[in-house]
Amino acid sequence: MSVAAPSLDLSRLDLIELPTTDQEIWRYSRIADLDLARFTPDHHDVDIRGGDAYVADDGVVSLFDDAPDVFAEISAARGSAVHLVIPAGTVVPEPIVVTHSIPGGGALTTPRLLIDAGDDSEVTVIEIFRSASGGAALTLPVLHARIGPAARVKYLTVNELNDEAWSIGHQRAESDRDSTLLLSTVSLGGDYARVRTEARSIGRGASTKQVALYFADGEQMHDFRVIQEHVAPHTTSDLLFKGAVQDHSASVYTGLIAIGEEARGTAAYQTNRTLTLSDGAWAESVPNLDIRTNDVKCAHASAVGPIDEDQRFYLESRGVQPEIAERLVVLGFFDEVISQLPSAELAADLRARVSAKLKIGDAS
Amino acid sequence: MSTLTISDLSATVAGKQILNGIDLTVSSGEVHAIMGPNGAGKSTLSAVLMGKPGYEVTGGSVDLDGTDVLALPAWRRAAAGLHLIMQYPTEVPGVSLDAVLGEALTARGRSTDNLHELLVDEAARIGFEERFVHRPLNVDLSGGEKKRNETLQLAVLQPKFAILDELDSGLDIDALRDCSRRVEEMSNDADQPLGVIAITHYSRLLEELRPDRVHILVKGRIVESGGPELADVLERDGYTAFAPDADVAESTDAAAGPRAQPASLDDLFSM
Repeated sequence: MSVAAPSLDLSRLDLIELPTTDQEIWRYSRIADLDLARFTPDHHDVDIRGGDAYVADDGVVSLFDDAPDVFAEISAARGSAVHLVIPAGTVVPEPIVVTHSIPGGGALTTPRLLIDAGDDSEVTVIEIFRSASGGAALTLPVLHARIGPAARVKYLTVNELNDEAWSIGHQRAESDRDSTLLLSTVSLGGDYARVRTEARSIGRGASTKQVALYFADGEQMHDFRVIQEHVAPHTTSDLLFKGAVQDHSASVYTGLIAIGEEARGTAAYQTNRTLTLSDGAWAESVPNLDIRTNDVKCAHASAVGPIDEDQRFYLESRGVQPEIAERLVVLGFFDEVISQLPSAELAADLRARVSAKLKIGDAS
Repeated sequence: MSTLTISDLSATVAGKQILNGIDLTVSSGEVHAIMGPNGAGKSTLSAVLMGKPGYEVTGGSVDLDGTDVLALPAWRRAAAGLHLIMQYPTEVPGVSLDAVLGEALTARGRSTDNLHELLVDEAARIGFEERFVHRPLNVDLSGGEKKRNETLQLAVLQPKFAILDELDSGLDIDALRDCSRRVEEMSNDADQPLGVIAITHYSRLLEELRPDRVHILVKGRIVESGGPELADVLERDGYTAFAPDADVAESTDAAAGPRAQPASLDDLFSM
């Protein structure tokens, strides 16, 4: 697949053919509700802190050639990206924070971040998406991350978009020998917010961890499609996605652990848990395995359900009021993810945001 | 001085009758042991007293100093002065002990200013490692640590009555001694003596926690009550003396009286 197919005329978005929910990777999604003709390509403001020394003004738009869907193709075709280059052996002491201000009013934006971490380098990158104005917005964020041998990279994306914005994202990471990568996601915003993630372990001994916290309310939908792909031997991946759905919101997680023929001695785990906090909320969780070699350790777990009754009763039996007990249980549920995020400062803020979003005790 | 009065209490679980008219009156400072074979309704009694979901009271009453306990939700029962030490304390990921006790004290209108000092002090007293105080409740704790944690909560919250649901299960002899001694101390407190309902299968709990009364529960009914010597009789003769064979044999584990408990370190120490 080429990066920009000739048929992609960005001045005629109405002619672009969209995927349908008949395709497994789009099953359960809201793709059928999307009318590209309502949007006009536009620019957005990007603020970069702590990264001036590492932004390469070299016109590079992609670290990987293939785009998995038409949205990633549109992103690539627009031809601009923030390219962070961390030279070999460099330890970046403070997180680099990239903040995208996404306009509404029918704007189609394509935030694009490339992280190229050299051999034995170390960096933390935090990417934040905020709405700059109201009205319909469609943003198509793309992340390419190349993790060099023995590099240590932590990445966090935070979706704080308003409830009119649509976000259809793609993340791709390739981890080389003995590297460690943390891909973390916090999704609180958006009307429909989707991320497709492909984390590939291409070098022996590479280790990848993925964590996500998502919390939808109102009519929001959070949609995650994740592939943990093991190409090289003795690689490990661990995934923990925890979410909650409230009111009439929805969430989807579909995950695939794909272990290739050469990837012997690999360990891969995926866990997805979603709390349904309202009768009208809905969540889907579909973990999958595709294992093509022996000598692997693999486990997957998934659960969708209400707040644990035993946990709630335990707290109530100490004399904690029911709504406070539920609040504690839900925040505790998320704590396992929050405590692994690469920014302690942000973690405290996130706990407060999650707490503010919880409607436990408000209505009933 | 407080009084907890259980009158003719009956309850069902999933439509099955488990409690068949329990009568029991406990006053401040008294320790009542309720002993019985597996399946007698011991845990059901503790769950019903605390208001655990899934249990239906079909008759009788529970009164705490004039308050109708059964009319209250669980958290209000706790605030009114009842405390349950669970047989299998629930793990609550991400929720720390100090956070829960802070909320529990606040709900009772009590100050949390000295909570940390109180926790550190009580933890030291019962051999609970201080670092666990800030960790998620019961997560990755051993059986003994969980029961020390439960006992610590009891000591901090200072209820009027404690229901110990098999405090002695799943913990080692040292933890059992530390926990039961602390409860015994609280029951002897000069200012605010704790009333205790100690539900247990085995008499070893009662070596440190000395009962004023011992009641034998079989098939959801108290079939015999007496002084501490009743526990000795049980130790010697087992439950069969107090129940028709059919009653005790109903549960598969029921034959496991005090005699049948697995040999453990305690047995060696008590020799």
